[in-house]
Amino acid sequence: MGSPVNRDDIARLATDFYSLLESFKQTPFYHLIFEIFLILTVLWLVCFRKPRPIAKKLTEKEKQELIDEWQPEPLVPPVDTNHPALNVRVLDGIVGKTIEIDGRKSLNFATFNFLNFVGNQRIADKAIQAVQKYGVGSCGPRGFYGTIDIHLELEERLARFFNFEEGIIYSYGFSTIASIIPAYSKRNDILFVDEGIHYAIQKGVEASRSTVKWFRHNDINDLERLLAEQDKHDKKNPKKASTIRRFLIIEGLYMNYGDICPLPRMVELKYKYKYRIFMDESVSFGTIGQTGRGVTEYHNVDRQKIDLISSTLEYSVGSIGGFAVGSSFVIDHQRLSAQGYCFSASLPPLLAAAAIEALNIMDEENSLLFETLMDKSKRLHKKLLDIKGYRVLGEDISPLKHLSLANSLNTIGRLEYIVEFAQTRDITITIARYLNDEHHLPEPSIRLILNVEMTDEELEFLCTVLQEALVKVTA
Amino acid sequence: MTAAKKSKKTDMKNKSSKLSVSDQFHEEFEETPTWTAVITVLGYAILSLLGWLRDFLRNIGIENKKTSQDPNPKNFVPLYQSYECFYTRNLYTRIRDVFNQPIASVAGATVDVMERISDDFNWTFKFTGKKLPSINLGSYNYLGFAENSGPCSEQAIKSIEKYGLTTCSTRHELGTQKYMIELEDLMAKYLNVEDCIAFGMGFATNALNIPALAGKGDLILSDRLNHTSLILGARLSGAVIRTFNHNDIKDLEFQLRNAIIHGQPRTCRPWKKILIIVEGVYSMEGSLCKLPEIIEIKKKYKAYLYVDEAHSIGAIGSRGRGVVDYWNVDPDDIDIHMGTFTKSFGSAGGYIAGKKSLIDHIRIYTHSGCYSLSMSAPVVYQIISALSIIMGLDGTNDGQKRIQQLACNVRYFRRQLVDMGFIVYGNDNSPVVPVMIFMPAKIAAVNREMLKRGCAVVTVGFPATLLTESRVRFCISAGHTKEMLDHALKAMDEVGHLVSLRYSNRNHSRRWNELNRANYDNEYISC
Repeated sequence: MGSPVNRDDIARLATDFYSLLESFKQTPFYHLIFEIFLILTVLWLVCFRKPRPIAKKLTEKEKQELIDEWQPEPLVPPVDTNHPALNVRVLDGIVGKTIEIDGRKSLNFATFNFLNFVGNQRIADKAIQAVQKYGVGSCGPRGFYGTIDIHLELEERLARFFNFEEGIIYSYGFSTIASIIPAYSKRNDILFVDEGIHYAIQKGVEASRSTVKWFRHNDINDLERLLAEQDKHDKKNPKKASTIRRFLIIEGLYMNYGDICPLPRMVELKYKYKYRIFMDESVSFGTIGQTGRGVTEYHNVDRQKIDLISSTLEYSVGSIGGFAVGSSFVIDHQRLSAQGYCFSASLPPLLAAAAIEALNIMDEENSLLFETLMDKSKRLHKKLLDIKGYRVLGEDISPLKHLSLANSLNTIGRLEYIVEFAQTRDITITIARYLNDEHHLPEPSIRLILNVEMTDEELEFLCTVLQEALVKVTA
Repeated sequence: MTAAKKSKKTDMKNKSSKLSVSDQFHEEFEETPTWTAVITVLGYAILSLLGWLRDFLRNIGIENKKTSQDPNPKNFVPLYQSYECFYTRNLYTRIRDVFNQPIASVAGATVDVMERISDDFNWTFKFTGKKLPSINLGSYNYLGFAENSGPCSEQAIKSIEKYGLTTCSTRHELGTQKYMIELEDLMAKYLNVEDCIAFGMGFATNALNIPALAGKGDLILSDRLNHTSLILGARLSGAVIRTFNHNDIKDLEFQLRNAIIHGQPRTCRPWKKILIIVEGVYSMEGSLCKLPEIIEIKKKYKAYLYVDEAHSIGAIGSRGRGVVDYWNVDPDDIDIHMGTFTKSFGSAGGYIAGKKSLIDHIRIYTHSGCYSLSMSAPVVYQIISALSIIMGLDGTNDGQKRIQQLACNVRYFRRQLVDMGFIVYGNDNSPVVPVMIFMPAKIAAVNREMLKRGCAVVTVGFPATLLTESRVRFCISAGHTKEMLDHALKAMDEVGHLVSLRYSNRNHSRRWNELNRANYDNEYISC
């Protein structure tokens, strides 16, 4: 027995219904249209849309067939046994001013022995003393008892040599710059890079995953154009631009071309466009500048304006390893973020001792050694230019020169003939070797390297042999 | 000694038959106790909070900024993001004195650590000039070849006089001296493979050669705990990289199957080749890779195998030939053998070994062929003489004695640590012995207290390990005598008591003098 529906209930229902209608009237018109549209869409989806066919999963049998059918490529492609890397000249003895190959002594214009420190007795004695104190290997990375007092001494000496606050050493020349760049430049940053840089720097640039803007080799106008473009782009979005770091990656003296970078203008542009300069002075350290302090000395630029100078202990210094110098603000960061520093064993102490002694010699010589080297480079340059038929790349004061044949005769085959001919006349020279995946493969050339101990007669002899070779190869 | 442990010992000595995984493989990774994990995270949280507070105080000028300042004008984009250096400024600097400790002697079984003091809470250091002679439990000196006298150093010294320190040229040009060929031949003989090539740096061996082996269209399956050099090499190669759980064969197989079935991402083209990269001994975990199982899988699915034996060559195996020797597998089953000369040979550099066609390819395409100088003569002669000793070519059995000594030292040291109640990770035979600390403050405490007691140890925390898994990592050497190990164990016992490191739930906590000394001594003598 239910209670009868009385008038109060009906009245309440009516008022509810009335207030509902009122609220409808008060709602904006577009709101109602939107609601109706949504309801219609839901109805359509539920009633009318066809279901997508579900992708059929592979059966176990099909999977096994795919696995059985798959054939990988061989691990390595077939190898060309005539490749020059598999037919190298084997040496036995000190590779100094002269070199012994197959029992014959020849003059060495092929190795990076600019200051003739290879085989230097003082350096050898210091290295022997280091072996007698520290053994050979350092047995650990820098963080775990691999830091030996001699490393600290070398870092301090290098910083002092360049008049910077701090230095840091690495155990391998290649991985120095290749670890430094990714430590500072990350995915969102921009690198302005010269096209002619060395392969190790290219690998560092690649490992950093930053945006790379290549400018034509040593073309300051091209660099300005890129900087201006980037500046225009930045003005559109200044907030984002204030989080993007910019770096200029250059070499002091380019290994692949032998020419010097236009540093003063680059430093001017640094303050205009606000980027940091990382300069690699592997070849120019110990060869350019009145006291061997590199391109900053040569161009008379304030070295403190360069944010980081990286170089190697492998060329002028005659040891193994690499280093970087700069302000403490910049260098200290690498002690925790540079992979080649943190995750690798430190430099064997004997090589550090050798480097310290080489620095001592460079300090004692002050300017005599370097002036002699620059002077002889200039003379060699002039003599080479006198041989018609060769193209000589490189600055006249650079002890590293690239020699190629003029007039579209320049092929690897002809250059190899010249090298072989020179070897029969007891002159050792070499073709500059590159891998094919260089960003900007230089033209084939013979890389001539001047040793400071070479006499005028020996330089004259070199040019005579090159002249003879030219005649034979173009005949 | 129980019968079970005795039989395990006999298994170790009879290596003539191929042993399966379960026979001799004993690895333990005891789980972090829950309460410890909570306290550790709480510890990091408190440190972070304090760090934020200090940063705030520095920014508003109440506290002095101790880090060096950018010499460039202020309108340059900052070189470092503030949050990137938060960890360095506020956590790392507090315990900075336990890392990068300089030494002033050969990094042998004992080492002279240079004493440093800091007046400003580790922002700058001063040397007191005092040297602390300590037992070296941190350097990688497994076979004890880090010596400044003896046949190896004599050979190194002679070579400096004969060859100088460097050739100043690359391998493709004029960097190949006769001694490089001698080293490569000897190493190939040692590993029982066709050919070998040597490089000047172990890190660079991985970073510069993996790109020559893999490229676009290839797949690299890398163990999750692989070394940075392997990861960098894989990244630079341009191949697709996928990781599988550490030493997890099922996961590896699952990933392999998936990869072959579904092909390359997006295009679904078949992979050109698949390369599996593992390490012999993992330096932070102390675990060995399960080589026979991995070889079985690689053969089944036609993949290629790259084994990085940086920590295992010379240190593992009855003849010191690494994990290949330990598991007694055919060296030809591994496509690329890689290793370093830094750890067991007391030198520097790395090598890659395998079939002649592989090595010829690497000779041509390695990045260090055209762009890096060849190895230095004393470094090479140290390796050659160490190899001759290990292989017994010098007419003595010094090499075999060192290998045996290392194995004994490892067993002796590990067993007592485990029995004292510490959590020790890794394989029973690995010369790397990680003991868990967990909490951030204890990283510094253990290091400093052990140094006070004359032991130089390595303690690692985040980011080298997971946040809650800080550890002290001992590297045992054949140069350690029983007295040195006893001293270290006593010191560890005291420090463990002082700092509460006995976390193990599986083994009872015991003090060192509560252990049955006779058992261990007998086992050591009979080893």
